Amino acid sequence: METHVHDVLVIGGGGAGLRAAIAVAETDPALRVAMVSKVYPMRSHTVSAEGGAAAVIKPDDSLDAHAYDTISGGEWLCDQDAVELFVREAPEEMLRLEHWGCPWNREPDGHVAVRAFGGMKIRRTWFAADKTGFHLLHALFQTSLKYASIARYDEWFVTRLLVGEGRCLGVVALELASGEMHALLAKAVILATGGGGRVFPFTTNANIKTGDGMALAYRAGVPLKDMEFVQYHPTGLPFTGILITEAARSEGGWLLNKDGYRYLQDYDLGRPEPTPVLRAMELGPRDRLSQAFVKEMEKGRTIETAHGHVVHLDVRHLGEPVIEAKIPFVRELCLTYEHLDPVHELIPVRPVVHYMMGGVHTDLTGATPLPGLYAAGETACVSINGANRLGSNSLTEILVFGARAGRAAAAYAARAPAPTGPTRAQALDEERRVLSKVRGDGGGGERVATIRTAMQRALEAGAGIYRDEVGLRRAAEGIEGLKARAQGVTLDDRSHTFNTEVVAFLELENMLDVAEAIVHAALVRRESRGAHQRTDFPARDDNRFLAHSLAYRSPNGPPRVDLLPVTITRWPPGERVYGR
Amino acid sequence: MNPAYRRHHPKWYRARMPIFWWFRKAAYFRFIARELTSVFVAYSSVLLLVQLRAVAAGPEALARFTAWLHLRPVVALHVVVLLALLFHTVTWLHLAPRAIVIRLGRRRVPDVAVLLGHYGAWLAASGLVVWLLRL
Amino acid sequence: MPQTVTIEIRRYRPEEEAEPTWQRYEVPFWREWMVLDALNYIKDHVDGTLSFRWSCRMGVCGSCGMMVNGNPALTCATYLETLVPGPVQVEPLRGFPVIRDLVCDLTDFITKLQRVQPWIVRETEGTPAQGEYRQTPDELAAYRPYAMCINCLLCYAACPIYELEPGFLGPAVIALAQRYNLDSRDQGREARMDVLSEHDGIWACTLVGECSTVCPKHVDPAGAIQRYKLDAAVAWVKALVLPRSGR
Ligand SMILES: Cc1cc2nc3c(=O)[nH]c(=O)nc-3n(C[C@H](O)[C@H](O)[C@H](O)COP(=O)(O)OP(=O)(O)OC[C@H]3O[C@@H](n4cnc5c(N)ncnc54)[C@H](O)[C@@H]3O)c2cc1C
Ligand code: SF4
Ligand code: FES
Repeated sequence: METHVHDVLVIGGGGAGLRAAIAVAETDPALRVAMVSKVYPMRSHTVSAEGGAAAVIKPDDSLDAHAYDTISGGEWLCDQDAVELFVREAPEEMLRLEHWGCPWNREPDGHVAVRAFGGMKIRRTWFAADKTGFHLLHALFQTSLKYASIARYDEWFVTRLLVGEGRCLGVVALELASGEMHALLAKAVILATGGGGRVFPFTTNANIKTGDGMALAYRAGVPLKDMEFVQYHPTGLPFTGILITEAARSEGGWLLNKDGYRYLQDYDLGRPEPTPVLRAMELGPRDRLSQAFVKEMEKGRTIETAHGHVVHLDVRHLGEPVIEAKIPFVRELCLTYEHLDPVHELIPVRPVVHYMMGGVHTDLTGATPLPGLYAAGETACVSINGANRLGSNSLTEILVFGARAGRAAAAYAARAPAPTGPTRAQALDEERRVLSKVRGDGGGGERVATIRTAMQRALEAGAGIYRDEVGLRRAAEGIEGLKARAQGVTLDDRSHTFNTEVVAFLELENMLDVAEAIVHAALVRRESRGAHQRTDFPARDDNRFLAHSLAYRSPNGPPRVDLLPVTITRWPPGERVYGR
Repeated sequence: MNPAYRRHHPKWYRARMPIFWWFRKAAYFRFIARELTSVFVAYSSVLLLVQLRAVAAGPEALARFTAWLHLRPVVALHVVVLLALLFHTVTWLHLAPRAIVIRLGRRRVPDVAVLLGHYGAWLAASGLVVWLLRL
Repeated sequence: MPQTVTIEIRRYRPEEEAEPTWQRYEVPFWREWMVLDALNYIKDHVDGTLSFRWSCRMGVCGSCGMMVNGNPALTCATYLETLVPGPVQVEPLRGFPVIRDLVCDLTDFITKLQRVQPWIVRETEGTPAQGEYRQTPDELAAYRPYAMCINCLLCYAACPIYELEPGFLGPAVIALAQRYNLDSRDQGREARMDVLSEHDGIWACTLVGECSTVCPKHVDPAGAIQRYKLDAAVAWVKALVLPRSGR
């Protein structure tokens, strides 16, 4: 087994990972930084983000307004010190990205343009047509190529964190092309592995979003925070789950039920106006819109299709020029995946799992409770997203906190001693575990796909948009059973070269850990807040639950879930008001 | 078992390109045809030079050259050359919009316009030559 | 409509065989399915040894390019329906070394991409405090089409020159260099010219034009190369005529 030594390791080549690596390189060019990613960086899921990234830049806007929208949108579960710092550093990060070549849409005078977004009272979402994430990721990746000190391990899959002397000392990774396991040692490790929407059956998330980083940290004893908060986006295409960006609504699209009625007006989201009104109706927050869909379905006012119930998204009245200029990708996706042209036809949409508000517990610098381990991006939970993330905050979050984690890790690595300790034994242990799976030792004939599907069904049934004790208990039992069954998986593929089946197996194990944390955190939170709606506890309970949940893994049996009070600075909890 | 494989050292497979790769696709064939017809372009330039030399060498040499031109096989050859030249010219002109992007304000001048411009220029040049010859 | 479709896959198992072979699979046929869905069906339910890359399944990550019936295509955006009754042949992208099955090696592309300096080059870099570099919508429109490249490499697979001469920088790399050259914020044109006008740069292209035909994002790399040739030629003539005037 080969060992490679670096100062800082960044796990993940998405927006957060790239930003972190660049931050390390800029902070101290002498530090040897390496980025490990299971796919080539430009394939990372950030590439799929469409709508835009929020940051205060226009004179009619203010940092406090952005902070208030974020905090009320997150139903007061955001840590307000984190939000304040986030909105303050956001414009600078976005400008930096502009300097690195991101092709932001512009005003006629050459300044960047902004668009409206759900839950935002003022227009502040920067956008590059409706391929913002794509442009952001490619600009970051291409810029990262100019830093000679950033080494890359592309298509290496991290399977375990190395921990010793009470700190994180590196990782073990599987090199996909060769099938060889490697030990990568470093003084600091940054997890930037993205979300885990694939634990659900119907999601906008790419195949690679399997919550790996969350599971890595969880197994190393680091708690996962607020995992019960899973965001459903109200407008996914049926069958594929491909996202139709919120920008379609912020440019003026309407949501219609089967009678062609703008049903959101029945759910305390304001009055229907012909042109978009900020923080109202179709521009309400995602949790409320997805919940309204379920209620509408219960009233029998949605449209039944072969792929579940849908409502319609109507952008026809915008006209072809606006659609082509502002949301061309929406048109491209509809034409390719639904055989319909939104210029003339209604788009069928339904709520779809989109984003995990929760993640690895970190402080404001991205540091986790385990010294030497940092986390940033969707895999982390600082938390600025609280109980419901506002659209276009997370692309900004990956930049702000990616950079912060990079700087903090660089500072830590500059003073930390070189990694020593029990790493070799741990790494060899891990090599044995993974390679014995490839050899097919001790399998019980189970297939990865069977267990994965069962897990996804269990979560959808028990931990969907609306939850209750009985359903959650059943899901918890289901996941526990599946964890045991997963050990009986036998792989068809016994080869070392690019074995995608062993990767799928390792991802399944990760997802099962993430699923466990989601379900148990949801069981503990006996209230309804943001994206977590309990039909048996329909009210918000600030007395008991103005607090984050922290799930700690236990070696056998369910996780321990603690509560950690939310930091409130200037915005005491209040009512969430939209359209009034 | 593949004897060339050593554990953890992937053995990449490199396909060799078949000699007749240009039969794989109509587009490749058209490309090769365009490239090959450039031989005829070269030939016709040489022909023109030879003709000029004949003109310079006096009426007798020109008459000999013209007589050669009227030989049946030579005429047949030159019909083929003409067709090849036309093919080359047309395919070449159709590529022009790729290289030349003209912007008028925010709008890009459409490819057809660029193409028509080229055809126009071709016609004008031919017209000029005909006019010169008539003098 | 048929009930099933035959998929023939070019398999290469380096640990077992020295040469690729064809393998046939029978999969159910669904109208909604893309070629990628059929591959995933095989992987999940029939043969877990089949290896291929995919991620976003929405035509934007660029992972899933393969040869489908001899043409380079994004398998997540190619309906099975358009290929029935079949059999549908799936092969790894042409022109690249094959690592395994449908997975080929991309390091050559990444190395070449880095060589053309695909980033904004400035004499003095602006600080965030100075605000954004201004860029009008017209200036944005000038390079935007070239910024749409998803690095799927279909254009390489369509390019016989790349296959004949693996040193060739290739369509996407040149298009991306051109993306930065045409960006009003960039000042790196000259630095890139050195690489691009090398023997393996723009002049290796003999304008087959297939790269632009297969590009799923309408990037038109062939156009980028031709425009660049024109620029390079003009610059050369200028340098010849006015040797001392700095370009
Ligand atoms: C369809 C869609 C549209 C969206 N639109 C918007 C939007 O408009 N605005 C907005 O603000 N947000 C949007 N989001 C959310 C946003 O895109 C994501 O939250 C964000 O991109 C996450 O970035 P990241 O860097 O944390 O992770 P990712 O981009 O997911 O990157 C994760 C990286 O980690 C690597 N990795 C993972 N596991 C391992 C492992 N085990 N070993 C090695 N490497 C590993 C991967 O290879 C990858 O490089 C959208 C999300 C989706 C799904
Ligand atoms: S230019 Fe087009 S075909 Fe080539 S890599 Fe880019 S997107 Fe793919
Ligand atoms: S899977 Fe991403 S482009 Fe096809």
